[in-house]
Amino acid sequence: MDDILLLEAIERYLSGDMSAEERTYFETLRKNTPEIDQMVVEHNMFLHQMDMYSAHRNLKHGLHEAHQHLLDRGDINEGGDISTRGKVIQLWNKYKRVTAIAASVGGVIALFISGLVMYFAPSVNGNQLQQLSNDIAVIKKNQQVQGNLINEVKSKLPEGVRFVSGGSGFLIDPKGFIITNAHVLKGSGAIVVNNKGKEFNADIVHIDQDKDLAILKVTDKEFIPRKSLPYGIRKSASDLGEEIYTLGYPRNEIVYGMGYLSARSGFDGDSLSYQLQMSANPGNSGAPVLNKNGEIIGVLSTRQSSAEGVVFAVKSKNIFGLVDSFRKSDTAEKIKLPSKSSIKGTQRKQQIAEVEECVFYVKAFAK
Amino acid sequence: MKADTNEQALLKGLANNDSKAIETIYKDNFNTIQAFILNNNGSYDDARDIFQEAMIALYEKAQSESFVLTCQIKTYVYSICRRLWLKRLQQLGRYSNQVDSLEETIPVEEDLENHEKRNAAFAIMDRAMNSLGEPCKSLLEGYYLKKMGMQELAREFGYTNADNAKNQKYKCLMRLKKLFFTQYNIGE
Repeated sequence: MDDILLLEAIERYLSGDMSAEERTYFETLRKNTPEIDQMVVEHNMFLHQMDMYSAHRNLKHGLHEAHQHLLDRGDINEGGDISTRGKVIQLWNKYKRVTAIAASVGGVIALFISGLVMYFAPSVNGNQLQQLSNDIAVIKKNQQVQGNLINEVKSKLPEGVRFVSGGSGFLIDPKGFIITNAHVLKGSGAIVVNNKGKEFNADIVHIDQDKDLAILKVTDKEFIPRKSLPYGIRKSASDLGEEIYTLGYPRNEIVYGMGYLSARSGFDGDSLSYQLQMSANPGNSGAPVLNKNGEIIGVLSTRQSSAEGVVFAVKSKNIFGLVDSFRKSDTAEKIKLPSKSSIKGTQRKQQIAEVEECVFYVKAFAK
Repeated sequence: MKADTNEQALLKGLANNDSKAIETIYKDNFNTIQAFILNNNGSYDDARDIFQEAMIALYEKAQSESFVLTCQIKTYVYSICRRLWLKRLQQLGRYSNQVDSLEETIPVEEDLENHEKRNAAFAIMDRAMNSLGEPCKSLLEGYYLKKMGMQELAREFGYTNADNAKNQKYKCLMRLKKLFFTQYNIGE
C-alpha cells in the first residue's frame, strides 16, 4: 500500500497537482531519501516516454485517417485501391437503372446520328478508311512504302481494271515525262491526274527497282506540253540543314509540306537517299523535294514507321543516272532534264503556284 | 514571405496534431513521394509507409522547441523520404543506383538518427503494452493516454471503488515499467 501511495504522490508531484505545502514536504523527502529521488527521476522519464508514445500513436492514427480521406476524395491515388473499387460498385448499384436508361438513350441517338452522317457525308470518307487499313498491313516493314490504295472511279481507266496504288510524280521534261517512285507503280499501267483534277493516260517507259525510280510518259492527246519547267534538278549533293519543301498527293488534293535535310544518308546508311525531317503520308511517294531556290534535290520515297517525321528521299543525282540508262535503252525518245531553276529568289507562294502545275497524282492500276 | 508564414502555421498545426494541418501537408506532398518511390522499385504500400514515417519525423522536428524551419516542408519531406527509401532498398538488397534526384535535398542524417531512436522507443513501448494483456493494457491506456480519472476508470472497468482500480493500475504499471525498461536498457 505504501508503494502505491508513494507512486501516486510522485505522479501528483510530477504533474504539478500538489499544493505548495505538500510540495515543499515532498521535495525535502526527495532530498533526504535517494531511493525516492531515483524513483522520481525514473518515473518522470517513463511518463515522458508514455507521452511520446501516446502522441506518436495519435499521429499515426491521424495520418492513417488523412490517407484514407484523401484517397476517398481522389486527391491521392493508389492505382485501383480496394476501397475505391468498393465505392464504384456502390455507385454502380445505386445508379444501375439510371445508367442503363442513359446508355440505351445514348445508343439510340448515336445510331441515329451515324445513320445521318453515313447518308449525307461525301463518299471520300470510305476511301480514307480503306487507306488506313492498307497502312496497317504495310507497317510490318520497318520502312513503309507510301503507296496508297484508291477506290475505283469512273475515269480514263480501261474497262475491267482496278487501282492498286497511288502516289505522286512530277515532270522532268515539259514534253510529258514524269518521274515517280518505282514502288508506286505496282500494277500494269498508270494514269496521272494534274492539280486541277484532269486525268491523262500515261505509259510506264522505264523502271529501276534499285533506285526505286520510274519514268512515265504522258501519251494523252489532251495533254498540252509546257514550254519549260519552273524548277531545275540539282546534280550536286545538298547540305545538311537545308530547308526543303514538297508538294504531293497524300489525298485527292495537292498538299504542301516543309522541313529540313537531317542526314546525308538514308535508312540504315543507304547512300542513295537523304534523311529528311518533315511530315509525310502514304501518297507522298514520288513527290519532288525542293530547296528554297526551287531546285529539286530528291524524290520523296519512304518514311520510317518507328519514328515520327523521319522521311527518306532518293537523291536527285539518281534522276540523271536513271535518264542516262533510259537513253541507252530507248534511242527514239529524248529527255532533256531542266538544269536551271527559274523560280529562284521568288516567294514561296509563287514557287508553289508554278511547281504545283508540274506535280501529278499517279494512279497505278492492274488488270 | 506569405508562403513561409503559411508553412509555419502548418507545422504548428502538425505539432498539435491538428487533423486539418496534417491533411494539408499530406495532400501537398504525398503524390511527389509516391511517384518517387514507384519510380524507384517501390510499391504503393512502400510509398505510404515511407511517407508516413517522414511525416512523423517532421512532427518530431516541429515539436522540438529549438526547431527552426530552414527549408520548405516539401524539401524536408522529400529529403527524409529519399534517405529512408535508400536505406530500405539497401536493407532489402535491391539497391539501385538509378534513384533519380531532380529535387533539391538537404542533409537530414542527424534528424533521422533522432527519429530512429524515438522509433525504437515507440516499438519497445508498443511491444510492452501489447504483452501486458487485458485489462492492464486498457487500464493503463485509459489513465496515461486518454488521461481518464481514477473514478471514471473504476466505473468503466467495473471496479467497486477507485482504490481498487488504483491498486490494479499500480500492479499493471509496475509490470509495464519492468517490461519497458529491460528492453529499453538493452537498446541503450
